[in-house]
Amino acid sequence: MSDLHKITIHEAHKLLKEKKVSSVELTEAVLEHLHKVEGKVRACVTITDKQALEYAKAADKAIAAGNIKPLTGVPALIKDVICTKGIRTTCSSKMLENFVPPYDANVIEKLKADGYVIVGKTNMDEFAMGSSTENSAFFVTHNPWNLDCVPGGSSGGSAAATASDEAIYSLGSDTGGSIRQPAGLCGVVGLKPTYGRVSRYGLVAFASSLDQIGPITKDVTDSALIMNSISGYDKRDSTTMPCEVPDYTKALKSDIRNVRIGIPKEYFVEGMQPAVRKAVETAIQKLEELGAKVDRNVSLPYTEYALAAYYILAPSEASANLARYDGVKYGFSYRDTTNMWEAMEKTKQYGFGAEVKRRIMLGTYALSAGYYDAYYLKAQKVRTLIKRDFEKAFGQYDVLVTPVSPTTAFKIGEKVDDPVQMYLSDVCTLPINIAGVPAISIPAGFVDGLPVGMQIIGKHFSEEMLLRVAYAYEQATPWHTKKPTIA
Amino acid sequence: MDLSADEVRHIALLARLGISDDEVEKFRNQLSHIMENFEILKQVDTTDLPPTAQSVNLENVYRPDEPAPSLPPSDVLANAPGQEDGSFKVNAVLE
Repeated sequence: MSDLHKITIHEAHKLLKEKKVSSVELTEAVLEHLHKVEGKVRACVTITDKQALEYAKAADKAIAAGNIKPLTGVPALIKDVICTKGIRTTCSSKMLENFVPPYDANVIEKLKADGYVIVGKTNMDEFAMGSSTENSAFFVTHNPWNLDCVPGGSSGGSAAATASDEAIYSLGSDTGGSIRQPAGLCGVVGLKPTYGRVSRYGLVAFASSLDQIGPITKDVTDSALIMNSISGYDKRDSTTMPCEVPDYTKALKSDIRNVRIGIPKEYFVEGMQPAVRKAVETAIQKLEELGAKVDRNVSLPYTEYALAAYYILAPSEASANLARYDGVKYGFSYRDTTNMWEAMEKTKQYGFGAEVKRRIMLGTYALSAGYYDAYYLKAQKVRTLIKRDFEKAFGQYDVLVTPVSPTTAFKIGEKVDDPVQMYLSDVCTLPINIAGVPAISIPAGFVDGLPVGMQIIGKHFSEEMLLRVAYAYEQATPWHTKKPTIA
Repeated sequence: MDLSADEVRHIALLARLGISDDEVEKFRNQLSHIMENFEILKQVDTTDLPPTAQSVNLENVYRPDEPAPSLPPSDVLANAPGQEDGSFKVNAVLE
């Protein structure tokens, strides 16, 4: 089978279970394809050929012993912000270029227990700060649908790799849209779980009250399968919720009759690409045809303040989290001085890239004496209002549906010199992190050959409802079956 | 609002972030522009509103203080830029 790399997790599972293919065969096919297209897509910081085959052999043994789970033997790529024991974890930063974690993230422990196969670590915006993956300290990742365009970010490597079949699935992380926006721009499925659904233990911290790990997959069924594996309470992350994890695959029903869907008008922002608006409106009509009750006259009035609040809250938390990179315990270290302060300052000066420095500066300012009340505390109060907007809406609607991003993938280089324009790329996704609710991005059509994403948002811990609506739409549309031609 | 070069240097010092003269000028412009966009928050009446620090309703999460194995020192020191006698090696703190 020459097209083995193109399959989904559930298709791979069936072949593995029926012993029509081994994990080693599948892994070799995926790696062969990865090496073939990677020169053009450039999604991976590290490719783990050796470990991949070791893991695959172990999976084949487990399968032979009758011990097969849905993810057993299936090759994956992991965003390079998630710690993998013994495998370099760089955050696409010079600061961590040679950092090899001494432990696994909780999600990696869980994937390992389920017999996963790692094929590598994916490129990202440095420390997950960015919307295009151009802030990687190493290289730029290309959108497989048009190599002149960005894949989105910050999980651009994971999204581009999944769309170009470099792995069967991948993991990303999402602080203001970093799973959903690149998934939308690359035409794959990206789920940001409820804050507290998935442990952040071993996720290199960016903004701790906003960060979540989630799956980037080729279809909605695969998204549910990954959620089954990685969700749940972890005593090492005290913000994980101690409640039971449902079997998310049970939510995959094509019936969405009488599901109440609200369309918040504020998300159809000024400056939105008209063809993107049209594609999302067409997708909403499809949901209506499938029997959902759609209300197009919904308002979340504090939406317009979310961008400003986010760019105070996230950098403030980042400035505290990134203070740990002092050149003492791990990471890049400036050593050509005997002065402690100079060593620390130059370690950060040479170890961090421009966007990371910009956010440390922004956050430090917002938290500094005399400005704390005006910026940080104010933003936290606005956060209360944004959260209440969602709570009110979910009293009336099961889900809200919006675009993922105001435009399709933009050209590489187009926005790098204008931070404010770049920040606007996340205007539809970051309110969701502020409120801590879950949201999924699914393919909803194409504009000039580039994918458009639709975002489905639910109340806290309603991932089942998101998956149900997403699945019904997916089964009624052809978008998830389209593949880019990487030329 | 416009930040001064001295303010930019002061913020960098608070963060212990080394900064070149070129960066001072670049950040002065960019941070000023970004912060202009924060002014919009002044339009929001937040009188008597509580701040939200995180979004799910968990509070004061405790767990039993039970001893458990730590990572071996060799693992912890494996990434250290400088080490001596099983410790991290740093520059003199007091001179």
